[in-house]
Amino acid sequence: MDSSEAIFKGLKDAGIDFIVSVPCANLKKLLIMIDEDDTITHIPVSREEEGLGICAGAYMAGKKTGILMQNSGLGNCVNALCSLYELYSFPLVMIMSHRGTEGESIIGQVPMGKATPDILKAINLEYVKPESIKEAYETVKNSWTKTTKDKKAFSILLEIPYWKLKED
Amino acid sequence: MARRIDGIKEIMKDITNELVVCNIGVPTKELFQVKDRSRNFYMIGSMGLVESIGLGLALSQEETVVVIDGDGSLLMNMGSLITTSHNQCDNLIWIVINNGAYGSTGNQTTYMADMDLVQIAKDSGFENAYEFSQINFKEILDSNKCTFIEYKLEAGNSDAPVIDLSPDEVRDRFMSEIQK
Ligand SMILES: Cc1ncc(C[n+]2csc(CCOP(=O)(O)OP(=O)(O)O)c2C)c(N)n1
Repeated sequence: MDSSEAIFKGLKDAGIDFIVSVPCANLKKLLIMIDEDDTITHIPVSREEEGLGICAGAYMAGKKTGILMQNSGLGNCVNALCSLYELYSFPLVMIMSHRGTEGESIIGQVPMGKATPDILKAINLEYVKPESIKEAYETVKNSWTKTTKDKKAFSILLEIPYWKLKED
Repeated sequence: MARRIDGIKEIMKDITNELVVCNIGVPTKELFQVKDRSRNFYMIGSMGLVESIGLGLALSQEETVVVIDGDGSLLMNMGSLITTSHNQCDNLIWIVINNGAYGSTGNQTTYMADMDLVQIAKDSGFENAYEFSQINFKEILDSNKCTFIEYKLEAGNSDAPVIDLSPDEVRDRFMSEIQK
């Protein structure tokens, strides 16, 4: 399994069947795998916040929901996470390519990269940062159970070194 | 000219079994007063996301979903026009009440006041886009076609009281209706 396959297999094994996304270069392979899977509804969205609205509706209709995005998209989601997700205790799995971390080549990614964990803490949301392919798979596999048990959104931050890991 | 609450009364006259998702602020209170039902989802936070919630519902189950949106809220999430037109669901009816104002916060004029929302919807890819006064709403409800409707009304709020349901209650009774 490579880094993208681990996330894909984790999502499948978690039963996540409804995914919205805004691309990041690191999500390229994963997005193709999700598009090619007939059992997952994949809706590319115009803005991450809108994706959270779509997932809330899908969840109420019985779907297991997730968003794939870059961590910069978290900035576009803060109000929805509080005024929609916290308010109605909706679950959601948020898988973020965490840019602006070790090895970042684009300076524009750095400020939001630094702010990302603190933003999640400020709105009282849990996150994990898997460092190995196995840990990422296990975390994603258990993520739907966790988010529904906690009744709040759960984030998985995948930093730049994660995407460079060799096959496991 | 009629105001938002009169429009909501008109809409609810024809609603039978549809799921209704309603916009933040005074619209939710007015819908609650006009016709509270378990099949109403009152979105009392997250301005701009009512249509997105409606789209997620329409994509994920078969019953007809009616979204009651507002012109100021649409301005905040204009991308939803394009996302929705590219994911058209036969069971989705999106009504934007265009009172030309941020009604709930004191009727401040919006940039939508002099815009033609029907034309914007058509240009965004909606084949079925109409002004409410030009249609028979009952027929639209039964048409099984993804439809955008601009409902032109005058600004003004009624004195509908605060909804006396918790967000958990709103969510639970709505979800149990869907799973029936
Ligand atoms: C992100 C955000 N910005 C501003 C507000 C304040 N606010 C609540 S309702 C509203 C007006 C909504 O206007 P519109 O969608 O046209 O609906 P109307 O009340 O006119 O029916 C505003 C500005 C808010 N709740 N959230």
